[in-house]
Amino acid sequence: MENWRPSYRLLKYSFFDRRANLKFLDSSRTSTPGRAYNFSRSCELFQQDVCFQRRKFSTFLRGSGNGVMASLQNVDDNRCRIGYRNFASMASTTVRNPSFSVINSDDIDYFKKILGESGVVQDEEKLDDANTDWMRKQKGSSKLMLQPKSTQEVSQILDYCNSRCLAVVPQGGNTGLVGGSVPVFDEVILNVRGMNNIISFDKASGILVCEAGCILENLISYLDNEGFIMPLDLGAKGSCQIGGNVSTNAGGLRLIRYGSLHGSVLGLEAVLANGTVLDMLGTLRKDNTGYDLKHLFIGSEGSLGIVTKVSILTPPKLSSVNLAFLACKDYTSCQKLLYQAKRNLGEILSAFEFLDINAMDLVLKHLDGLRDPLPSSTHNFYILIETTGSMESHDKEKLEAFLLQVMESGLVTDGVLSQDINQASSFWRIREGIPEALMKAGAVYKYDLSLPPEKMYDLVVEMRGRLGTEANVVAYGHLGDGNLHLNISAPQYNDSILSKIEPFVYEWTSKQRGSISAEHGLGLMKANKIHYSKSAETVKLMASIKTLLDPKGILNPYKVLPTSLLSHS
Amino acid sequence: MKIMVAIKRVVDYAVKIRVKPDKSGVETSNVKMSMNPFCEIALEEALRIKESGRASEVVAVSVGPTQCVDTLRTGLAMGADRAIHVEHTGTLYPLSIAKILKALVDAEKPGLVILGKQAIDDDCNQTGQMIAGLLKWPQGTFASKVVLDEENKVATVEREVDGGLETLCLDLPAVITTDLRLNQPRYATLPNIMKAKSKPIKKLTPQDLNVEVKSDLEVVQVMEPPKRKAGVVLSSVDELIDKLKNEAHVI
Repeated sequence: MENWRPSYRLLKYSFFDRRANLKFLDSSRTSTPGRAYNFSRSCELFQQDVCFQRRKFSTFLRGSGNGVMASLQNVDDNRCRIGYRNFASMASTTVRNPSFSVINSDDIDYFKKILGESGVVQDEEKLDDANTDWMRKQKGSSKLMLQPKSTQEVSQILDYCNSRCLAVVPQGGNTGLVGGSVPVFDEVILNVRGMNNIISFDKASGILVCEAGCILENLISYLDNEGFIMPLDLGAKGSCQIGGNVSTNAGGLRLIRYGSLHGSVLGLEAVLANGTVLDMLGTLRKDNTGYDLKHLFIGSEGSLGIVTKVSILTPPKLSSVNLAFLACKDYTSCQKLLYQAKRNLGEILSAFEFLDINAMDLVLKHLDGLRDPLPSSTHNFYILIETTGSMESHDKEKLEAFLLQVMESGLVTDGVLSQDINQASSFWRIREGIPEALMKAGAVYKYDLSLPPEKMYDLVVEMRGRLGTEANVVAYGHLGDGNLHLNISAPQYNDSILSKIEPFVYEWTSKQRGSISAEHGLGLMKANKIHYSKSAETVKLMASIKTLLDPKGILNPYKVLPTSLLSHS
Repeated sequence: MKIMVAIKRVVDYAVKIRVKPDKSGVETSNVKMSMNPFCEIALEEALRIKESGRASEVVAVSVGPTQCVDTLRTGLAMGADRAIHVEHTGTLYPLSIAKILKALVDAEKPGLVILGKQAIDDDCNQTGQMIAGLLKWPQGTFASKVVLDEENKVATVEREVDGGLETLCLDLPAVITTDLRLNQPRYATLPNIMKAKSKPIKKLTPQDLNVEVKSDLEVVQVMEPPKRKAGVVLSSVDELIDKLKNEAHVI
């Protein structure tokens, strides 16, 4: 214990116990927007060492998750706050695991042998792109990207990497928002975009089997021809791949109707860290033989295995789709509207989204070709309700009766009903374009929270109070699923703003027993935040499973679970 | 002044159309139908003229099967005052439509007839011109700007033609067909949709108007265009010249 280097100690402690009182932090650090900060850490380290003298080192023995958790509960005796975590600073405080090897020319030769020249990418520009996440907040320094074309090749790559102890980052469309799809240091990027075949589609049952690199929008178009749709739909569909969607258990706009991927995915094929191919690619609706392991991989963000094929149940494409864009004056009306919609629209309800006035203004300001559907007056809240059914006349009747009722009762102050597909697309563009508009507006702090519907907007109001005029608090999300996307937009990344947001947002959510990541996942950004939403015992078991499936920890390291919990040889 | 707007119910612009297996036409059953986009623009223009005070009433007219009522309801929801539905199942060609509209114009006596320049299902671009011919009224087609003068005697129409923009002055009554850049149609707001339920839709048949619907045309076959062949990557200029000469026969 005495021989632990300070930096190693930092690795162990920094994720939970950065007692760094804010005023000790060097205010002269440079902050290029989004890139890793250059802290002058000496004062922080000193502060931590002083704080940690009092901690029993034994509680931080490897793998003893309980010890770490117990220590968290003892925060109060020091009167030290749990330090804030800036997504970008995470990369600078995370330390490269010294047990991972560095790539050498023999490795490159080997990869070229199994993948061919085209499968090995060392080109600077392409690597630059693959190293940077969609939010442009995180950049790794990987020198190698591999693009296998088959499961066999993936297996060979992982087998080799496991034997050489080379860390690997699985990558699909790279549209993740928590830094889970890009390297932290020099991990090898394993990009599955070359595995984009549709293997089979059964028209009778609607079961689609395809490889993990298929882009979601391409699958949607393919199914369109067959008269089916994908059970999930998200704004990133033009770039995201189904393997990544499954690995992150993506939610999206239609979860309220078609459920989550845990229900729609019937089977998958995954490759474990040591190259073992797990063929769980069933196409059966019901199969109660043994433990249903595919669920481990759905949502594990590539940390337990790389998904290479997916078998998914697709719903039939129904002809009658209607979209209403409504305005409400306050959040309580929005909630009551949801209740009414579920009762009166019932089985035809297929999406229920909300956005507030700040979101609407931002979208209209930064995106071209969009106009306000309700220009006559300003409204505080906008709701998008979509219905999908098989009979146009029946749906229209139901929808119009519902709309008449909510207008008469005053729940809705104004609204428009789309008359053709073009109008519907432009309404959806408003809702789906908010993330893009936020990126154009400058720096954005993104939070994806699951909260009880009645409490959801209280958080937004509190955040507005905390931030005042410093930043623009924008709220939108899947109201139908109780999922709030809280985004704080500022002209630049700024520590004082961040300190007002974190950990307040997480603590608030935790108090409501909500989830600090409803659908985006933990990735790197929230890798040490899991305790806000999951109990210590649960996290400890997760760590055991990770160690079982990936003993060397080469798959997507530093992410999802707190590093201090995982013991690596 | 009354304005009459003719609208057509067509396959929705964003739908991917499929040819029927027997090649007799395009698949229209179980496919989303909506108002022809150019007709929407026509109706929007009529509504704007009415809102500027130059017209007293906008009448929306549609010829077709029973479901046309839905499209007329959309028109009423956008702001038309009343609608007329001439019911006829079966194929309708521009000349028949023009004759029906002429009969309606004789009955309603509007000062202006506005139509979309063409329907997106048949791309005929004939109905507006035919009505003007039958009525012997002036016509301003492919309008990208319409300005009426103070006393509603003259309409100044800017037309989009191949060479650029042409400006015409038409004595009213006249026929105008609208092009894409004329305006951006409004959305149907909920209060207007509710109000539209109580607006009248008059039902007529071609017989009521003494028009015989017969067609001089027969659709023989409808086919998909041939699939685009993939391009070929050539390795040298000589090969290119060889192919241009011997395969494509262009040099």
